[in-house]
Amino acid sequence: MSRRSRTVVFAAGAAVLAAFFALAVAGLPPFGNTDHPYRDLAVAASLRQSTANVVSSLTFDLRGFDTLGEEMILLGSVVGAVALLRPRPDEKEQNRSRTETNQSVALIAYVFLPLTLLLGFDLLVHGHLTPGGGFQGGVVLATGLHLLYLSGGYDALRRLRPLAWYEWVEGFTTAAFAAAGLIGVRNFLPRGVVQQLFSAGTVPILNILVGFAVGAGAVVLLAQFLTQAIALEDKDD
Amino acid sequence: MQIIAYGVAGWLILAGAYGMVRSRNLIHATVCLSVCQSGTYVLLLAIGYQWNAPAPVFSPGSPVKLPVADPVVQSLTFTDIVVSATVTALLLALAIQIDKTHHTLDPDDLQSLKG
Repeated sequence: MSRRSRTVVFAAGAAVLAAFFALAVAGLPPFGNTDHPYRDLAVAASLRQSTANVVSSLTFDLRGFDTLGEEMILLGSVVGAVALLRPRPDEKEQNRSRTETNQSVALIAYVFLPLTLLLGFDLLVHGHLTPGGGFQGGVVLATGLHLLYLSGGYDALRRLRPLAWYEWVEGFTTAAFAAAGLIGVRNFLPRGVVQQLFSAGTVPILNILVGFAVGAGAVVLLAQFLTQAIALEDKDD
Repeated sequence: MQIIAYGVAGWLILAGAYGMVRSRNLIHATVCLSVCQSGTYVLLLAIGYQWNAPAPVFSPGSPVKLPVADPVVQSLTFTDIVVSATVTALLLALAIQIDKTHHTLDPDDLQSLKG
């Protein structure tokens, strides 16, 4: 199909979609109105479970089963990327000698490395109290770890990041989450007082599990891309 | 205001789709898909918005005061973002492999079957 005909086909489809979207929007309740029945039920349920962060309560309590599926999607994508990006037989990993790093960049990265890790753990632990939670905290942890790449180069990152460990962490935490879902764990722990660190029952535990799963998953995923970009040498070239 | 909020969502979805249709680079197409998915975030959040209502997080020290913005759609948006990130990672991995085997990233040059 030529580019021109493809654009024409798209324009026709887009026009129909736009028309129906406009119709659907016209039938929606007015923007910013006060009528949110699901909101009222969800907030009441969250306060019953002493969870200050209602979004966390929804994600790990009311919609815990959805989050299990989300975890599986994440695991599937990590496994898929590892399978797709494994080195081919004609590629071999080479030891790239340390590349020159800009010293000011390295300094900033060293300063921010502990701060970022601390922020990541803070997000994990307080996911049921303040904005944040397992998914965000895990991504912040993985990002913090990759500041090593900016400061010390690829070799430093590889030395201080035993990839097999992260694979095990990803596997174990996802399995723990799946086991909790399969045996039908309800929010059985004491709920405590809302806005206290020890409150919300199982929500903080699931938050921390998911945080480690996401962090380890992101590290494994990024490692595959870094290997492709830096370490692999094609014999053809 | 209603038109702007929902219009932005619809425009992002269509603009992203247009970018994918006209794309000459698979990585560009992946980014366009992310733009498309951003439209769904805006749509969900716009549905849950309420004027003068704070975020649905009663952080320690702040009073438990109603009403708040709808947390249900925010939680759905959150799932949406995670799915979007994983899909992007897989598509980029595929783009790397396509570049290795076909030495091109232009979808128009990938018409012949190979293998």
